[in-house]
Amino acid sequence: MKKLLSVVMVLGLACTTSLQAEEVNSGGVESLRGSSTLDATKKADEMKRVIKDKNPIARNYVHQPPMIPHQTRGYRVDLNSNKCLTCHGWKYANETGATKISLTHFETRDGKTLSDVSPRRYFCSQCHVTQADAKPLVENTFEPVESLGNE
Amino acid sequence: MTNANNKKGILQYLKSPNSAGLWFILLIGFAGGIIFWGGFNTALEVTNTEEFCISCHEMENNVYEEYRETVHYANRSGVRATCPDCHVPKEWTHKIIRKIAASKEVWGKMTGIIDTPEKFDDHRRSMAEREWKRMKETDSRECRNCHNFEYMDFSEQGNRSVKMHKDALGTGEKTCIDCHKGIAHKLPDMKDVENW
Repeated sequence: MKKLLSVVMVLGLACTTSLQAEEVNSGGVESLRGSSTLDATKKADEMKRVIKDKNPIARNYVHQPPMIPHQTRGYRVDLNSNKCLTCHGWKYANETGATKISLTHFETRDGKTLSDVSPRRYFCSQCHVTQADAKPLVENTFEPVESLGNE
Repeated sequence: MTNANNKKGILQYLKSPNSAGLWFILLIGFAGGIIFWGGFNTALEVTNTEEFCISCHEMENNVYEEYRETVHYANRSGVRATCPDCHVPKEWTHKIIRKIAASKEVWGKMTGIIDTPEKFDDHRRSMAEREWKRMKETDSRECRNCHNFEYMDFSEQGNRSVKMHKDALGTGEKTCIDCHKGIAHKLPDMKDVENW
């Protein structure tokens, strides 16, 4: 009985080790993260440097949310405050020279217009993001729309 | 020698001490002064350190944690502004006044007025307003200990900063805290705060 038990255990161990060996093999498939295996932690890419302060960036396609041409480190957008609106809100935009937020942001989901920013449009960075000089991860043939001021 | 004679002698001595006694008294006073004043100042400086500030969990678990995400804690060149750099004036008279006012915080600690994150958030607006008011009244004196307008190089600043600093700060129309609220800690509910 004892002998049988040890044989089963040895067999079981052998099985699990061979399973583990299979798990770490990526099978030659490369993802955007490279060819690292599951059991190894790949070194993180370096953080992208965001642009400091530039003029507005032309849109690439119709209805594209305008991109943010400046740093936004530490700008809080939460229940207590919205740092973006202290410049881009209509109240302050003239004084600060910032682009006003679109009036579409005052509309609710069912098309009612409110007297202030609609809750569904309150969290700016959901659509608008600070730009960095990042290379496209996948090669593509997209051409920006010419009529929006793209060269 | 009678006892009365002896008493008279001591009285006489106290009334007109000889020069050696006078020096002795002066020396004691001088040494005592150094010990007392030095001790007082050392104790005062101990309360002026970050370690002391965050020895209270109210500070360590709320404002200190928030501050650790900001540029005054970690940045490119490693220069830091710690709690007292912003919250305690550098100049002696103002420092003492602030320290006396801050003794109220000891009472707050004893009564546990902000000893949970929820309680802290309930008082966040009033505490923030107190600091904004203090900064406004002194023309943001503690900011200016490091950030001197005279030496700001506009060519190194972003377009937005140049515009605001030239139009609002340079003319004296506004002071640092008017725009730079919540730079080191989370903001309270900003409803009805000017410019928010």
